[in-house]
Amino acid sequence: MVTIAIAITELPTVLDDFLVRATLASIGVALAAAPLGCFIVWRRMAYFGDATAHAAVLGVALSLTLSMPIFTGVLIAALAMAVAVTALSGRGFAMDTLLGVMAHTSLAIGLVAVSFLSGVRIDLMSYLFGDILAVGKTDLMVIWGGATVVITLMTVRWPGLLLSTLNPDLALANGFNPKREQMILTIALAIVVAVAIKVVGVLLIAAMLIVPAATARPFSRTPEAMAITAAVIGCIASVSGLKAAFVFDTPTGPTIVCIAALFFLVGNMVWRSVGVLSAGSRESNET
Amino acid sequence: MLISCNSLSVHLGKRSILRDISLTVEPGEIVTIIGPNGSGKTTLLRAMIGAVAPSAGQLIKARGLTLGYVPQTLHVDETLPMTVGRFMRLPKRGSRVEIDTALSQAGIPGLEKQQIMSLSGGQFQRLLLAKALLGHPQLLLLDEPTQGLDHRGSADFYHQISMVRDEIGCAIVMISHELHVVMRKTDRVICLNGHICCEGKPETVSNSPEYLSLFGLDGDNESAIYLHHGHHRYSHNGATHRA
Repeated sequence: MVTIAIAITELPTVLDDFLVRATLASIGVALAAAPLGCFIVWRRMAYFGDATAHAAVLGVALSLTLSMPIFTGVLIAALAMAVAVTALSGRGFAMDTLLGVMAHTSLAIGLVAVSFLSGVRIDLMSYLFGDILAVGKTDLMVIWGGATVVITLMTVRWPGLLLSTLNPDLALANGFNPKREQMILTIALAIVVAVAIKVVGVLLIAAMLIVPAATARPFSRTPEAMAITAAVIGCIASVSGLKAAFVFDTPTGPTIVCIAALFFLVGNMVWRSVGVLSAGSRESNET
Repeated sequence: MLISCNSLSVHLGKRSILRDISLTVEPGEIVTIIGPNGSGKTTLLRAMIGAVAPSAGQLIKARGLTLGYVPQTLHVDETLPMTVGRFMRLPKRGSRVEIDTALSQAGIPGLEKQQIMSLSGGQFQRLLLAKALLGHPQLLLLDEPTQGLDHRGSADFYHQISMVRDEIGCAIVMISHELHVVMRKTDRVICLNGHICCEGKPETVSNSPEYLSLFGLDGDNESAIYLHHGHHRYSHNGATHRA
């Protein structure tokens, strides 16, 4: 009891350390990004994630113009983008063309809009690549709040999400509405983009979604195993990336993504060589 | 009556897909829907499971009707790891016994630990069938269940379906383009081309002028010969037909 009481009273002091805040922030983002990232990989929505993230720059401009929290502005812009893409899909343009046009247009408009805001001096780089070491206590609350919402949504809707990913009609026959499940993923994606902007920045959010999930794939036999493995990989990459950035004095967000990419590379090489070895032993057994 | 369409019409956008469809499925009946590409077969089935809303007419289901749906062979992305056992437990966790029973009924016992990616075409279709059987369906809806299977494979699959029907006594509505294969067990064939062109016993339909012209079999051509050849191979039960 005493230790718990001490821990609680000391918690605010612990959070005074910017490295502790940065670590907790990156873990929160990694945990939320893992299950969502799996769906983005399974549904081949990688470009969709990218487009939503690019719209976040527009959200930053919006927040600064209307002087509201960055989180709110980015959430609105990301949601608007995701809904627009969903509504426009299947109307004569190939999906990748549509996403390519909308992603980069929103990025460009966002950058132009920010340049008009001469009154405020903003560090655009911090939004493009993140500024995890500047995460404050309020930011931390927003990040963990958003992560909790996303993880809860994913857990509660997991069967329906999974079934409509496999086949929309199969989902319908089992009483799930695939359009609603799609909307849930869209909302979750917008939340992850909004909370991750401070940690890895607009340009690298898609990497945090996709790289851990893709790394987990060869080592997973079920969808659940893949999501959990992706979460573990994401957390390890975040914590070690943070540490490495501190040691080598490199930008934090890109360093985290580099470490995750390294895991992907090593994981795939290990998996392939194991695959080749077992195939070889099978052959030698047969002969 | 299990399910009944009452002057059902479906529009997708401005295009009229189905017009004035009336059909009733009785318990235990096997109904086969045939028709050329784009004739609205899949749309009719999707209307029955509630995936598309009718623009006119009604769809009446018996109270507490349990449906089993077997989609056209579905594409599973290779990035999605999934064992047979996990697939069978989606979305509800069934008991081990129920899952084993369904897998055996579909003809693929003991595959639980396999990745669904590693299944053959025939095994995969049986897995979809097993999944549909889990809910103890009174009505089984199959959308071209043998697409992508070779001749032997589809004959085996239809055999499996008729064994399942005999075992659990469900009604079956299925889409097929292989009239000559499904004829034996079908009670009723519905020939669809936006509307119901003709319906009746398979022998009646296969000789009706509407059917023959719809499939381009009214001339003295190769496919007509092929169709009659098909009769010989698969109609061993002495159904009346002219060779």
